[in-house]
Amino acid sequence: MLKEKKELESLAVYCIDKSIGFNATNCEVKVENNISETVNLRNKKLENSDRSDVLSINITTYINEKKSSTQFTYIDKENTNVMIKKCTEATKLLPNDKFNSLPDKKLLAKNIEDLLLFDESTINNEKKLEYLKEVEDFGLSNKFISQTNGSSFNQSKSNFIIANSDGLLCGYKKSEFSVFTDLVAKKNGSGMERDYFYDSKAYLKDIIKPRDLGNKAAKLAVRKLNPKKTKTESIPIIFEKRISKNILGILSSAISGSSFVRGSSFLKKKLNNQIFPKNINIIDDPLIKKSIYSMPFDKEGVKSEKMYLVKNGILKNVILDSYYAKMLNKETNGRASGLSNTFFEPGKHSYEDLFDCGKKLILITDIMGAFGNATTGEFSCGATGIYYGKDVSYPINNFTLGGQIINIFNNLILANDLEFKYSKNCPTALITEGLVVGGC
Amino acid sequence: MSDFFKKTDLTRAEAEKIIDETLLNKDDGELYLQDSINENIILDNGKIKNTNFTKTYGMGFRGVSEDVTAYCHTNSISKNSLIDASKNINSTLKSFKSYKHNNSIRRTNENLYSDHNPIEAKSLKEKIKLLNNVDQYLRSKSNLIKQVTASISTEKKNIEIIKTGGMTLSDNQPLTSFKIALIMEKGSKNTQGSFATGGRMTFDSYINENNWKQVCDEAFRQAEMNLDARKAPAGEMDVVLNNGWSGVLLHEALGHTLEGDFLYKKTSVFHDQIGKKIGNENITVVDEGNIPGRRGSLNMDDEGEKTQRNVLIENGKLIKFMHDRLSAKLTKNTPTGNGRRENYMFAPMPRMTNTFMMNGKNTREEMIKSVKKGIYVDALGGGSVDIVSGQFNFTVNNAWLIENGKLVVPVEGATLIGSGPEVIKKIEMVGDDLKLDNGFGTCGKSGQLVPVGLGIPSCKVLMTVGGSKA
Repeated sequence: MLKEKKELESLAVYCIDKSIGFNATNCEVKVENNISETVNLRNKKLENSDRSDVLSINITTYINEKKSSTQFTYIDKENTNVMIKKCTEATKLLPNDKFNSLPDKKLLAKNIEDLLLFDESTINNEKKLEYLKEVEDFGLSNKFISQTNGSSFNQSKSNFIIANSDGLLCGYKKSEFSVFTDLVAKKNGSGMERDYFYDSKAYLKDIIKPRDLGNKAAKLAVRKLNPKKTKTESIPIIFEKRISKNILGILSSAISGSSFVRGSSFLKKKLNNQIFPKNINIIDDPLIKKSIYSMPFDKEGVKSEKMYLVKNGILKNVILDSYYAKMLNKETNGRASGLSNTFFEPGKHSYEDLFDCGKKLILITDIMGAFGNATTGEFSCGATGIYYGKDVSYPINNFTLGGQIINIFNNLILANDLEFKYSKNCPTALITEGLVVGGC
Repeated sequence: MSDFFKKTDLTRAEAEKIIDETLLNKDDGELYLQDSINENIILDNGKIKNTNFTKTYGMGFRGVSEDVTAYCHTNSISKNSLIDASKNINSTLKSFKSYKHNNSIRRTNENLYSDHNPIEAKSLKEKIKLLNNVDQYLRSKSNLIKQVTASISTEKKNIEIIKTGGMTLSDNQPLTSFKIALIMEKGSKNTQGSFATGGRMTFDSYINENNWKQVCDEAFRQAEMNLDARKAPAGEMDVVLNNGWSGVLLHEALGHTLEGDFLYKKTSVFHDQIGKKIGNENITVVDEGNIPGRRGSLNMDDEGEKTQRNVLIENGKLIKFMHDRLSAKLTKNTPTGNGRRENYMFAPMPRMTNTFMMNGKNTREEMIKSVKKGIYVDALGGGSVDIVSGQFNFTVNNAWLIENGKLVVPVEGATLIGSGPEVIKKIEMVGDDLKLDNGFGTCGKSGQLVPVGLGIPSCKVLMTVGGSKA
């Protein structure tokens, strides 16, 4: 049984009282219970089941401007005392840092809106297996799918409380249901190729239908079969949605408060500067109902609100918690836990329009390795895709993409097919120039 | 040694009884208990940022019938939790009526690392002082250094495995790691350098007056070298890899595809190649979990099996895969001591320990001399692999352009890609200078991170380089 609010609150209050008892001047604590149940199926046969029930505590103690932290899985009060004592003793030895403090009280979340993040319903392991068998049946009904590389169904429920010595005490329950299948494709004489599809939702009834999950994964794997190699050249590139979302990933690493303060971002001098074409807008909205990435407040208890990261192509905001906000002489924007639901406003072109530039181009369907380096601004990764020539198209693999991240930003054209599936969401994206394909 | 039954309503005898009742009618399984503590001290932006203590404490109960695993874990080591876990395992495995219970294990009394606690080796004060010295030392080297991050991480992991019949196996696993990362800035250009050292020997073996500066110097050398680097070329070309950390290529391109779970699932590109020639004569690849003191070494794996030297590829011929107890059983092999897990929250699976390639006959100079146009990789970054297609990728931190047998200029921003089965055939020359890495490898698989060791002699291989210069 998921631990109830009262029990977590009483543990949180205990930790704060103890910390103050050990001479901390301030203290922040998170108590979380997570229960998760997963079953994995492979080739229509049960492979394993996994059940997890963990109660963990995370404490940061302050002594004036000094700070230290500890995490532990809960054993008993005696061990909790030992860990808090160790943490406060360490705190004393650290240097003062005037930016260390709890967040400003007036920024703390009050009257928290229910974002519908918890579904009471549960699905037992037998039902999960039925669902997965159906997924694999549909996947394997594609004649080129030779076997499955595993399918899984996870139900995860958590309840947490965050509290601090300024009187913060809040939390909520969350649920997440996720399904996944990974299929292996093979044609006569071809090598094996694999691909996957997944879905993850706060509410059980919103999960993708087994037929769609199986069919989609099968299609993705089959289209990779019999890949050719490609030659080294500069060529327009289209990123599929599951790849183009990485543009927001690398942007978010490059605009974190810490990377600005530490000078580790290639964008560190670009606040209020043009970094994308004028028609590009990027928004982070933590308050979307029923999204597993939503959060009414961040891990410091600061309320989170919708915010433009990029407006008309101009970088408007960096991702801040209290510490880095103070160092940059700004107010925290409630992003101590990072971004939530981040998305590009959709473009005007249809998906087909992007391919209609009259030139040969490459559609990127998968990448390997990091999508760029946020410190140097260099971009280089391995890729898989589909080559579109004048009248032909065929799968290609084992090539690289190289260039500068800023070239991707500057030459970005978006389709109008935005959908909310990930924490970061981007329509299909055409990069007109600036990327080099490395092949044979 | 942790006494897991001291502070709970569960006695050892009761635990053993529940284990017997649950597992004697299964093929395999165990109760895994863990008590570990980790201390992490980070200096960043000119001061000690934080100290962090993490205690990981809990148990994981596993039952295996044929090829099905039921796993249940919790932080609460108590009678009720164990009974619940037992019920859960029985419920998952209820359809299996027959069983061949096997609790035999290849035990060891090897001591590859002494029983010490690296966290206590130095006081917190001393560690903080050392990190401050690191910061000062590095920043005094050049005013182009804009950021220094240095950390000391120490860990003591106590594990106990209880199998049926009260069979108990335990190990204390110390681990120390000292890491440096720095950023230099020249004009509008940022460059990075990083280096680390560590392993399971005593704290002083890795971090002492004589060697911490060498770790700093190497990180500095990498960052400085890229200040004037040109764009890396793109396309297929000869690549000369330096010895040591470049073993990460071996780990990704070959190592993962030789893990036993991909053998019984038949998803490894090599699953039907045992006994066959898969590479050149000059290639012999070993995974060795029982090298004293190394980061990837273990007295016993996380199933209690003793670790050992496993020759995976000998003179180009595929000899065997790495196994945990499950993959060994399903493929009719013996366990190889490669059943590992990150912590009690995970069931074990076949993982690498210290993986390296044996020496060849060539010198690195010969290799560079033989290249008309290509790159020499001076510092490789991390990488990953797709087991099914065998495709892998790596980032290159530092490299030189080779033209007509000579190193011409540093180049940056490259990725190396290839496919395992192809690359092993394209390793043309193998050096006589095998070196194991400095002890900072961490391998991820299915969301589990474990410390590993790597090594390789210098090698010459034809690969695709992903630079931005067409």
